[in-house]
Amino acid sequence: MQTPVFIFFSALLLGMTQGTVKNGMSRVEGGRYVPMYGAGKNEMVTVASFEMDRLPVTNADFMAFVKQFPRWKKSAAPRLFADAGYLKNWTEDLSFPPSLSEAPVTNVSWFAAKAYCECQDKRLPTTHEWEFAAMAGYQHRDERRDSLFSARILAAYETPKTYLKPVGQSRPNYWGLYNLNELVWEWTSDFGSVMMSGENRNADARDLFCGAGSLNATDLMNYAAFMRYAFRSSIQARFTINNLGFRCAR
Amino acid sequence: MKATILNAMWLAMALSVLYGCRQKSDDGEENISARAVRMKVESQPVKAELTSPPLVPKPVGNRPPQKLIVDMEIIEEEGELADGVRYVFWTFGGTVPGSFIRGRVGDEVEFTLKNHPDNKLPHNIDLHAVTGQGGGAEASFVAPGHQKTFKFKLINPGLFVYHCATAPVGMHIGNGMYGLILVEPAGGLPKVDREYYVMQGDFYTKGKHGEPGLQPFDMQKAYDEHADYVLFNGKVGALTGDNRLTANTGETVRLFVGNGGPNLVSSFHVIGEIFDKVYIEGGSAVNRNVQTTLIPAGGAAIVEFKVEVPSNLILVDHALFRTFNKGALGILEVSGEKNHLVFEGEVLEGIYQPEGATIQSTPVSEAGAEPAKPLTKPEKMQLGQRIYNTACFACHQPNGEGLGEAFPPLAKSDYLNKDAARAINTVLRGLSGEITVNGKKYNSQMPAQVLNDQEVAGVLTFIYNNWGNNGTEVTEEQVRAQRK
Repeated sequence: MQTPVFIFFSALLLGMTQGTVKNGMSRVEGGRYVPMYGAGKNEMVTVASFEMDRLPVTNADFMAFVKQFPRWKKSAAPRLFADAGYLKNWTEDLSFPPSLSEAPVTNVSWFAAKAYCECQDKRLPTTHEWEFAAMAGYQHRDERRDSLFSARILAAYETPKTYLKPVGQSRPNYWGLYNLNELVWEWTSDFGSVMMSGENRNADARDLFCGAGSLNATDLMNYAAFMRYAFRSSIQARFTINNLGFRCAR
Repeated sequence: MKATILNAMWLAMALSVLYGCRQKSDDGEENISARAVRMKVESQPVKAELTSPPLVPKPVGNRPPQKLIVDMEIIEEEGELADGVRYVFWTFGGTVPGSFIRGRVGDEVEFTLKNHPDNKLPHNIDLHAVTGQGGGAEASFVAPGHQKTFKFKLINPGLFVYHCATAPVGMHIGNGMYGLILVEPAGGLPKVDREYYVMQGDFYTKGKHGEPGLQPFDMQKAYDEHADYVLFNGKVGALTGDNRLTANTGETVRLFVGNGGPNLVSSFHVIGEIFDKVYIEGGSAVNRNVQTTLIPAGGAAIVEFKVEVPSNLILVDHALFRTFNKGALGILEVSGEKNHLVFEGEVLEGIYQPEGATIQSTPVSEAGAEPAKPLTKPEKMQLGQRIYNTACFACHQPNGEGLGEAFPPLAKSDYLNKDAARAINTVLRGLSGEITVNGKKYNSQMPAQVLNDQEVAGVLTFIYNNWGNNGTEVTEEQVRAQRK
């Protein structure tokens, strides 16, 4: 579905201010972990060290990008690469309600997100990288077994209209990353590589759902991951969604 | 199971073709669905009427099969589980249970599922009325801000549940994603005077039952099957007070009753009524003269009865702690003329003396007129306690704390302490309708108590001098004054 068609803009660094600690990137030390899906059953995945944006990309950030690359304007982006809802909360090509300035940019397609990152010499994180970074709680690299950690994530997933809130207002995780599970879903470079079928109760050949029928109490942590993987399975690269934004990695 | 039946059905059809003769099957249902597959539909598509509970769309009557367009929107929204208790529901059509869909055997349905742009999650729908992959689950899997259209033919008559089947499935159902689709047989169900839509569901909240504020879903409780709320139509009080169902004496009532679960099986019962007919499990078998019918999670039943006498019929899950403590209570108010042949009410109260002394009896209408010598306050308290512990405690509870949404507290009760005359009146004449006690609304019924003046004075004095109340001593004169 998504052979990266794209367009390698010259590696321009955008003039993002590095004024506060919250901006910029954090280093995530590599390691091994068992993701919920995308590997064999209980198979460890190795993630190399990488850097990740501390904050989701905001509307203000994206505006700077659009100014520099007008082909990604609301009115200009080809429908092939962004569906009709592209930047639909923006009032015009170069304006949006002021309250959205520091809120995460949403209604951007995978193509647009990818282009944004590449234009800054970055890239979208892989699903394994994203999940690896997001299993960190406030104190530790992996807090998935902590019921409070899971409950916090589930509660955030259930809270409506979080895409309207400004980024960086809550506590960062172990790596110094903000809002990973709080405001919006985030694109990953290979979001389509692990597909749940729309039928979420089959134990299919790829072993994606074998766990679904046999969850036990210690697997409660998986419910949050269930929801992320289900979400990723429901989208396509040109989709634009109110609750879907992104951040970049390097 | 269904696949097996279908396979058997196809096999049977194939065989009958092979052998070139048509034999009448023992199983009428197989013929119905086999015939339904071949049914032609009217060329003009018709938009299906969808209704919010407790209402249902118009019956199909005698119309032929048609193309039915169903448009359903999924909305994640904050609502109320109970007064003051907020909850984020995930809904089909903005209500719990979701919109009621009504069609007939042979209809070709074009179903469009729309996932509202503000929603956070992907969803889908599995309609138990659909024969095919996942009841439509895979075909309808849709991201927020998008929509999917899929088609199917209704080939089995009955009352069916639909629900979301996106992972984690239990959570999607636990948040309210279920509803009913009725497939009427050719010619429709027999005509009745009233039809209503009632669906039970269990809910799991972080705070315990009644804890106010926005309550998040509690995955651990759902896993443990420890429900905080068991509800009809998604809210405590969805079918009581101003929301009660109504009917008139002499009318026939049909309830389409579903159970979304996700966990609990319902022992559906209507207090004060007997089901003349139950379409067992929503299928074609009809049982008659039923008191309580079992409705499995992910299942349904159609119950029918004629209401003969005026009263408030109480809809309950007869696993009664769910009714009195967790919210599963609804009211069907029947108005009209009394029918003494069917129900006479209390006709006589007597003193039962097993050792054979003369049985003294007092006609109810004169129960209050009996004179008695005045009692001291301690005597009143003693008499009052005895009466309380026989006549009052079952509803108001041994320490006057009240019970659930149905019975208001007598302990530290502002309603009680404000007006002794009103309290006397309540005991003498009963009370129905909405009242507010300690800031909480109640809307149920208390029957008139058959007590003499001394007993009324006693029980009220007992109540007023316990549990933090204001210590009023009620006299027989006050009671007598209220009788007039």
